[in-house]
Amino acid sequence: MNAIAALSPYSSPAGKTNNERHTLSVLVDNEPGVLARVVGLFSGRGYNIESLTVAEVAHVERWSRITIVTTGSPEAIEQISHQLERIVPIHKVTDLTVRGRAIERELAMIKVRGRGESRVEALRLGEAFKAKVIDATLESFIFELTGAPDKIDDFVNLMRPLGLVELSRTGVAAIARGPDAV
Amino acid sequence: MSKQMTGAAMVVEALKDQGVETIFGYPGGAVLPIYDALFQQNFVQHVLVRHEQGAAHAAEGYARSTGKVGVLLVTSGPGATNAITGLTDALLDSIPLVCITGQVPTHLIGSDAFQECDTVGITRHCTKHNYLVRSIEDLPRILHEAFYVARSGRPGPVVIDLPKDVQFASGMYAFPKNVQHRTYQPKLKGDMDQVRLAVEMMAAAKKPVFYSGGGVINSGPAASELLRELVALTNFPITSTLMGLGAYPASGKNWLGMLGMHGTYEANNAMHDCDLMIAVGSRFDDRITGRLDAFSPGSKKIHIDIDPSSINKNVKVDLGIVGDCGHVLEDMVRLWRASAKKSDEQALGEWWDQIDEWRARKSLAYRNSKEVIKPQYAVQRLYELTKDRNSYITTEVGQHQMWAAQFYHFEEPNRWMTSGGLGTMGYGLPAAIGVQMAHPDALVIDIAGEASILMNIQEMSTAKQYRLPVKIFILNNEYMGMVRQWQELLHGGRYSNSYSEALPDFVKLAEAYGAKGIRCDDPAKLDAAIMEMVEYPGPVIFDCVVAKEENCFPMIPSGKAHNEMILMELSDDAGVEIGSIIDEKGKMLV
Repeated sequence: MNAIAALSPYSSPAGKTNNERHTLSVLVDNEPGVLARVVGLFSGRGYNIESLTVAEVAHVERWSRITIVTTGSPEAIEQISHQLERIVPIHKVTDLTVRGRAIERELAMIKVRGRGESRVEALRLGEAFKAKVIDATLESFIFELTGAPDKIDDFVNLMRPLGLVELSRTGVAAIARGPDAV
Repeated sequence: MSKQMTGAAMVVEALKDQGVETIFGYPGGAVLPIYDALFQQNFVQHVLVRHEQGAAHAAEGYARSTGKVGVLLVTSGPGATNAITGLTDALLDSIPLVCITGQVPTHLIGSDAFQECDTVGITRHCTKHNYLVRSIEDLPRILHEAFYVARSGRPGPVVIDLPKDVQFASGMYAFPKNVQHRTYQPKLKGDMDQVRLAVEMMAAAKKPVFYSGGGVINSGPAASELLRELVALTNFPITSTLMGLGAYPASGKNWLGMLGMHGTYEANNAMHDCDLMIAVGSRFDDRITGRLDAFSPGSKKIHIDIDPSSINKNVKVDLGIVGDCGHVLEDMVRLWRASAKKSDEQALGEWWDQIDEWRARKSLAYRNSKEVIKPQYAVQRLYELTKDRNSYITTEVGQHQMWAAQFYHFEEPNRWMTSGGLGTMGYGLPAAIGVQMAHPDALVIDIAGEASILMNIQEMSTAKQYRLPVKIFILNNEYMGMVRQWQELLHGGRYSNSYSEALPDFVKLAEAYGAKGIRCDDPAKLDAAIMEMVEYPGPVIFDCVVAKEENCFPMIPSGKAHNEMILMELSDDAGVEIGSIIDEKGKMLV
């Protein structure tokens, strides 16, 4: 979906795309429906979600952290941040990409089925990528791999010809480098 | 002091604590305990509407005319879904509402119980915030938090979905001293450095214009006063959106009239040609901007808004100031005075000369008639005959709404209630009821169209029951006029389903409701008929039979810029096909 078009029905110069990928960290009150509000905002206003993760991060305060990877023009991304801030139970929205130097990690579980040479090759590549074997049968492995999304993409692509049958990814969790909290 | 009471009693107690004297609603199975609690007290008056949409619009009219939070109470399922249009309307026009909906008991939620619907799910997108109350312990906090959220920052509608078992449950209630939300605390003060910069930019401007909106009205009467003061200090011209009418008086010498799709020639051209635009509590809506890439191309833009997401949403501005209009205007006035700033008088003089040239085009002129009542003339006469009274105007949506905005002039804020953002036909009558409840002695007129009025005509019963002398002034042209106008301009005059066939006899209809009916189709008799309506001490339906195919001008055709307006004179020029002015891309727009 064209993020510019989502901004306004009038401003969609054909073919013009200057889309950027941004990672937003959203601290929310962990109350019922808060995730639906965030997701509903993205669908209702035509924004993209590439990845979304959510989990409670402070039990006593009942705060959850939602990490959203989205794409759009810089103006659209700024608008997304402001629209998120309007949601009443949202504490804070931080654009980690703007802050720079954020670390992104994702966990994937990759099931590969095969025998013979391809099975050996899958295991060898798994070792090269520092993937852990968390389940094995005589004709399959499940690898667990943590890393930046690109690294997981690379590994998954290598596994395809070797018998990839199933893939489960968590989506991106991200945090800014350095001593300061968001 | 904490007191033990039922959830239903807490609702009523919280309304009292919030100073709510009037609510609008309709009973049903899932709100019976609250209705029982209402029955046993006298502080809160409940106005029984005839349809829940009416309750929402009535609460909007009440809120818009008083600056208070409007409250409605409806039952679960259809009660809640019927209120949706009104909630959405309030969201788009930033009207503070608290809507309490009944819900099936908590143990039945999700079972597709009778009159169950996922109210918080459905209303998530059309409210500023909503709550499902799962336990009695949460209820006191939520009730007061809802009012806080509805009125703070950019106001909006808040829904409290209240299951029936929670209404029956017993718990401790106390009025919290300090109602705040733990995350939602909007910023009111503008950044002083930015305000200083704004004042510098204003002092340097040669062709400035103020563009004010509904945010000034929402900020309260003080903001309107400050706006007037700043305009007087700077001698800058000022225009306003539909929602902002009344913040600056229409009789003020710097007033350019409304801007936008049906705004005046001088207002739109000033917006297009200005070198500094100062947007105050307005949101660059598409009715205002026209073609975005040709919108005021040569200007620097300052935007003052309490909602950060409004800034740079549609139009990129040079200076965005996040804050409440009233606070920011106060700082601007103070700084302007303190630094003894002066406008560039010579440049401003030339700018006003240019504006006077545009004014001389008299873009609101129309050809009057002795045979038929022109709709513009009807509104003009209505204005002349009621302007010295304590009057409030509501409207439905369509041509009549635009003519009302063009020809009824407002001197004060909170006098003009119209559905701007959502454009809801059927808004005007229930809104008038809400206004009249708040201002029992005022003259409240719903300027309506014959199509719109039928969308919530059932509220005549409400007006009758509560002896509300609202006046419904129907500009009856037997068409959904704005639809017909667009079909004429864009679809070759093929009037698909826009003719109001099988209309009721509005005089008899009024009488059937126990109101007075008046019909007038003669320009010569119009004044007397209007006075008859005004003097009548009860509700009136005035069927003003007007010219059938009058178009609403001036008009910025869709997809065009401010300086490409169609004026009435052009539309009459032989050989100019208005439909041809709008290109294919424009036709796609609304």
